Amino acid sequence: MLCDQCKERDAVVHLTQIVEAEVTQLHLCEKCAAAKGIETTVAMPKHPLGDFLHAVQQQASPALGDPVRCAYCQTSLRDFRETGRLGCAQCYTAFEGALRELLRRVHGAAKHRGRDYAPPPAAATATNALDALRQRLQQAVASEEFEMAAQLRDQIRALE
Amino acid sequence: MTLDLSLLPDGGMPWITASGPHADIVLSSRVRLARNVAGFAFSPRARDSERLRVLAEVREAAAHASMLSSAVLLRVDAMTANERRLLHERHLVSRELAELDAGSARAGSAVFVGDEAALMVNEEDHLRLQVFRSGFDISGAWERAAKLERELGHLLPMAYHPEFGFLTSCPTNVGTGLRASVLVHLPGLVLTQEVGKVLTGLQQMGLTYRGLYGEGSEVVGNFFQISNQTTLGRTEDELCDHLSRVVSHVIARETEARRILSRDAGYIIEDKLWRAYGTLRYARSLGADEAMNLLSGVRLGVGMFLIGGLSVYTLNKLLVFSQLAHLSLSEGRPLTEIEANLARARYVRGVLATESGDG
Repeated sequence: MLCDQCKERDAVVHLTQIVEAEVTQLHLCEKCAAAKGIETTVAMPKHPLGDFLHAVQQQASPALGDPVRCAYCQTSLRDFRETGRLGCAQCYTAFEGALRELLRRVHGAAKHRGRDYAPPPAAATATNALDALRQRLQQAVASEEFEMAAQLRDQIRALE
Repeated sequence: MTLDLSLLPDGGMPWITASGPHADIVLSSRVRLARNVAGFAFSPRARDSERLRVLAEVREAAAHASMLSSAVLLRVDAMTANERRLLHERHLVSRELAELDAGSARAGSAVFVGDEAALMVNEEDHLRLQVFRSGFDISGAWERAAKLERELGHLLPMAYHPEFGFLTSCPTNVGTGLRASVLVHLPGLVLTQEVGKVLTGLQQMGLTYRGLYGEGSEVVGNFFQISNQTTLGRTEDELCDHLSRVVSHVIARETEARRILSRDAGYIIEDKLWRAYGTLRYARSLGADEAMNLLSGVRLGVGMFLIGGLSVYTLNKLLVFSQLAHLSLSEGRPLTEIEANLARARYVRGVLATESGDG
């Protein structure tokens, strides 16, 4: 989505304004938001490589076939652009296409060449993952996040 | 809770002894590995209950890991702001885990401090394993870190992707999750105005630099932290070897700069460094940055054999213990800036008086 003001840069700030009972939505880029005096946390992203990653991160665009949100933790690519962080290990699979390109820019490579790793015996791991999913399901139901609960239920079935 | 530092082996600072190679120029070598436990959202995204479960699992695993079995577990989430700052001043917890500007650290934040290694829990990644060594010893740090990482990896399932390697919250750490760094003191290069060239060179070699306290910290007292910038696409050995090779070169340049200084500006330098010593020895009020810069001068004096009778160990100690949280702890209360400046001068005076034998 482009910024409502400059119509050039990506909108990253989404404002809901209520003026005399009229609700308006305003979508602004970082620069225009700053010019309007709206404080954003985007301006100071907490990532280690400073402006370099920020620039690259802003270019992280959905690749063909990548979903909008990670099914496990609900992080979106937009969240990632804003914070510079992914939400969980599954995000790497969900946004694989976009990340492969980003990793190539950041590291000059997209393939791990370091140590191999095999997790401890699968039974223990699967149980842990299932436990964690079941707990998230309970939390999702408790907080009435039914869409997420349904996704979690499907994941649990798949693992069982 | 009150932080009992006497419980910490070496105070969590095995590097402070200055027993390693080139310890006058390289304060410490560090290897850090970032890991996440499979089955949980990464710490910043996780709920409090998830982070606490991660901590419980890590605690169980740590009890069975030989390098951590006698480690002290410090619950950062139960600490006062000053205690968190104190651990940060000792490089044991990052700015992020310490939440320096917040009222409290987030639930599940903790650090295990062992003889050889420290393990931060629920930082940006579930696990940040760190091994510090005195002086210039990246390979020693890597060897120990690798051993501990293997042990933990057998005890806990880590998030791993066959193509991307070890998965981390921020993609700048993915792959090996390895950041190798050295904390170097480069006053010679700063005084001869060569440092800019050297730092630019580092970046061209795929390395990066920061201030004394890593990410987001300013360069003060001519201390620089040099580390690898990328973590993916090369093996851990390659990353460590590359850093070691470049840092050897930086040490050689610094040594050369010191030689030129003493050849071309001998008495000017000697006078400058003794003045720094004199200020530290007699001042009644010392600002934090001021103390750091004066200590840099004295450190150079000791390294160039112009100032005798002072060990690098003492200088390391002064560097850490003259900081705000350490002074507040020894005074037994939070200090204002003015009070801290007075306490700092008093502390430094006391140490230097004892060392010079007229305390």
